Amino acid sequence: MKVLVAVKHVVDAYVQIRLMADGSGVDTRGLKHNINPFCEIAVEEAVQLKEKGDASEVVICSIGEDAVQETLRKALALGADRAVHLKTTAQMQPLQLAKVLHTLVESEKPDLVLMGKQSIDGDNNQTAQMLAGLLGWPQGMFASRLELKGQELVVNREVDSGEETLQLKLPAVVSADLRLNQPRHVTLPNLMKTKQKPLEVQTLPDLAPSSYKILNVTEPAKRQKGVLLNSVDELLDKLKNEAKVVG
Amino acid sequence: MAILVIAEHDHGQLNPVTLSTLKAATQLSGDVEVLVAGYDCKNVVEQLTKCEAVQTVLSVDNLLYQHFLPENLSLLIASIAQGYSHILAPATTFGKNFMPRLSALLDVQMVSDITAIESEDTFKRPIYAGNAVATVQCSSPQKLLTIRPTAFEKVALNRSAPAPVRSVPAAEGFEDSAFVSVQQANADKPQLSQAKVVVSGGRGLQKAENFKMLEDLATKLGGGAIGASRAAVDVGWIGNDCQVGQTGKVVAPELYVAVGISGAIQHIAGMKDSKVIVAINKDENAPIFEVATYGLVADLFDAVPELIEKLAEEG
Repeated sequence: MKVLVAVKHVVDAYVQIRLMADGSGVDTRGLKHNINPFCEIAVEEAVQLKEKGDASEVVICSIGEDAVQETLRKALALGADRAVHLKTTAQMQPLQLAKVLHTLVESEKPDLVLMGKQSIDGDNNQTAQMLAGLLGWPQGMFASRLELKGQELVVNREVDSGEETLQLKLPAVVSADLRLNQPRHVTLPNLMKTKQKPLEVQTLPDLAPSSYKILNVTEPAKRQKGVLLNSVDELLDKLKNEAKVVG
Repeated sequence: MAILVIAEHDHGQLNPVTLSTLKAATQLSGDVEVLVAGYDCKNVVEQLTKCEAVQTVLSVDNLLYQHFLPENLSLLIASIAQGYSHILAPATTFGKNFMPRLSALLDVQMVSDITAIESEDTFKRPIYAGNAVATVQCSSPQKLLTIRPTAFEKVALNRSAPAPVRSVPAAEGFEDSAFVSVQQANADKPQLSQAKVVVSGGRGLQKAENFKMLEDLATKLGGGAIGASRAAVDVGWIGNDCQVGQTGKVVAPELYVAVGISGAIQHIAGMKDSKVIVAINKDENAPIFEVATYGLVADLFDAVPELIEKLAEEG
């Protein structure tokens, strides 16, 4: 089974973002970037499938400027075999990303596409589902467990009411949720070794403009700061007599 | 043009997130129609005929929709999508699963997790784990939207004459996916995203067994749901279905009690719209106190048992 993992290069989860003074967006210049945490889980899962002998090859791809190669290197260091950089300076929306990935899937012909469930910048949670829709493939979203059974994939997925199990015929698209695995740490020797792994660059053609436009980006409304109390008795009193949420 | 809302339900009961999604739909101009796709779901159809916001209830009662597989739902909705200016679904694991797939089938860039409707084509939504709010404009002729239920009130079920019901034929079925099973977490407890009271624990709890204490507190507070920070989920003390935050569930109960949670921004993004927030933490500099209505700087292992005991005394 060949696995393609699409990953996104985003502002590191632990970095505090700031907004552009003109309200046009988030100022990401000079901020530390990293592989999107859900994408890292997707890479780890693909590598584990290879270690179990279920996957024959793990190919990583990412869309964006040259900086995304940093994230591709990290994915290679986690154990992927080769990487494809789909180069563009355009800021793409999920449907555009899914269309680019659709084209890559047609040339790479993977049996499984693994992705993160959402990126922690746009928080859209769309691209994997869209790709599955464009391909007409089965989808297993928000996966917490994967198991290959012959030509079928058993996927446990996180749903609001608990956990659901699906059986999907390959090829399929799966998106990773938090509990799927705990990604391994990238070691320096492994990072050095990625220099020997192939990283192919494909320059993307110009895109038709998206119908989706960000007009402005603002700070969220601040919640009014409450009071600090000194005792459980005081807290109970407030809950009963002021907030009236305890009977 | 009319607006189509996709109902979330369990075939027997309407999920209240649908009522919030309907509220969002009423802020757009056009008649609101609601689609109930399911199997043996007459009761849900009947509930929705009593909804004041609904002009027509569309019903598809077919085994194909018994497990809400996104492959089948997106084919169904695509088959009836023509003529609607907007198609809305709740931004829950139900809506998030099929709406982007539908969006690809209809070749429309959708808008996720909307917290405010500014106009027919302009919406607000949180990005960067709620650290920023984007106002986005969608120029496609048809708009596909998922609605964050906690950001909208619920419409009432008080229509004087029942809304008409129209039957819709099932679409073709998708062959390559099959439902196997569902494991309901805490079926006897209220669902996290709908509970009036939520008691959440974080890293300060130190071990999985200590969540028992929070369950006792939730019971004493009238039967609340249990939540957790991502830190507590990551170390495996509690299931991910309990995770409150931008990457987990977004909740807005009447009362949210955060115990031993420092208040990482991604957690706060998931609970800051709660009506009353109580924080118990021994670190007075914990960011959770910035959003707490009532903060108690205390050792949780003293304060929580005392709180349980005093609530019990009052019966």
